[in-house]
Amino acid sequence: MAANTKEEILTGLAEIVNEIAGIPTEDVELDKSFTDDLDVDSLSMVEVVVAAEERFSVKIPDDDVKNLKTVGDAVSYILEHQED
Amino acid sequence: MNATNHTVVVTGIGATTPLGGDSASTWEGLLAGRSGVGHLTEDWAAQLPVRIAARVAVEPEEVIPRPRARKMDRSAQFALIAALEAWADAGFTGKAGEEGSVAPERLGTVVASGIGGVTTLLGQYDVLRDQGVRKVSPHTVPMLMPNSPSANVGIEFNARAGVHTPVSACASGNEAIGYAVEMIRTGRADVVVAGGTEAAIHPLPIAAFANMMAMSKNNDDPQGASRPFDVDRNGFVLGEGAGIVVLESAEHAAARGARVYCEAVGQGLSADAHHIVQPEPTGRGISAALTNLLALTDLKPAEVVHVNAHATSTPQGDVAEVKALRGVFGDDVDHMAISATKSMTGHLLGGAGGIETVASVLALYHRVAPPTINVDNLDPAIDADVVLDKPRELPAGPIAALNNSFGFGGHNVVLAFRTI
Repeated sequence: MAANTKEEILTGLAEIVNEIAGIPTEDVELDKSFTDDLDVDSLSMVEVVVAAEERFSVKIPDDDVKNLKTVGDAVSYILEHQED
Repeated sequence: MNATNHTVVVTGIGATTPLGGDSASTWEGLLAGRSGVGHLTEDWAAQLPVRIAARVAVEPEEVIPRPRARKMDRSAQFALIAALEAWADAGFTGKAGEEGSVAPERLGTVVASGIGGVTTLLGQYDVLRDQGVRKVSPHTVPMLMPNSPSANVGIEFNARAGVHTPVSACASGNEAIGYAVEMIRTGRADVVVAGGTEAAIHPLPIAAFANMMAMSKNNDDPQGASRPFDVDRNGFVLGEGAGIVVLESAEHAAARGARVYCEAVGQGLSADAHHIVQPEPTGRGISAALTNLLALTDLKPAEVVHVNAHATSTPQGDVAEVKALRGVFGDDVDHMAISATKSMTGHLLGGAGGIETVASVLALYHRVAPPTINVDNLDPAIDADVVLDKPRELPAGPIAALNNSFGFGGHNVVLAFRTI
């Protein structure tokens, strides 16, 4: 599978956050904090991570999840670590 | 009255039941003698010996937005829906601490369930087995824990006086309300949101209850299957839903000009110490609960004109309950209109005490006892005045009602309410 572009990852994350937290996809922007802006608490963040792993063919170890504060953090992480 | 003996009143009610999505539609269904029981149409039901149940009339996802609902077990969803209705009905517009509300430190919640988040637990086991560890929801534990409905309701209204969950099987809802009355009576809280909820319609609990021979297998006649006090009763019909009341100290209610439905007089408690599930056949334990109620409150037998019986439609239990009423109250039972609303709602297990408290409160408020349906032939062993088929008007003047709930394990909880 071809690697996802930054735009594709953002779109995919927006759909995941919409499904889990009910936030409109257009509000899921790079500078938004999962916890403070998008109503994704630590438990829901695990759901976001599991869904992102599946969608983007990437492994996100538990130790790295805590560094993913914003949508931009997650997009960069996935861009860097996705398997192609 | 001293500082540790406050009078407790009911100022709000809420419900979501097999008869309706709120307390008004539930009450209307009860007075109309409508059955909420139907066929289970899910694929999994085909293999079961029992294929009937009383589903809620309004699915919770029609009420609670999905992002919130997916983090709550169905039992907590029911409790939240009923609690929001009760809170608004009590005249509160904001959470505790907001303008016109109660202080957070003076608000408690006591919401109980008999089984807790059983569909979450079993559903996530299916996920584990079929999809692996990684797909098990991180929300599983806070969803399945039995205190989850109480905690969700407590967070919703900002309750900080205490959030509790007594667990006593089918007596849980009544025990929760009794606990809440004590919280206010003894001065721990001014307002408590209390009741019971249950969501256990799933093949495993149904198979287990059916194998105990506790459930009616009248699959061909769902609406006639729950028939408390009838000679042909053959077990309970599982129901789901929640009933919640707002309890408040009389002073607090008066100070904010709240509408008062009735007084919550108190509770009588006992345990059978007999068998883990079988009712004690002479009604000894139930009699003790009734005796304790009379000893520990100022309730007078002459005031009691209505009983919302536990009466689940099992051969032994219904008789033991009436024997106990007769044994303790003697001839006073003759002026008690006995209603078995489970004939219409099915048995909500831990939710039963909640919705039956709502029914008892409304019976006093409107002075009318709901009927008992499906009694084609009253069991001659039932030596009491059962309200059959049609609602019955209750007398004028000061009157009281009892709401009985008994649970597997031998738990007996009787609540008393009285007009103001």
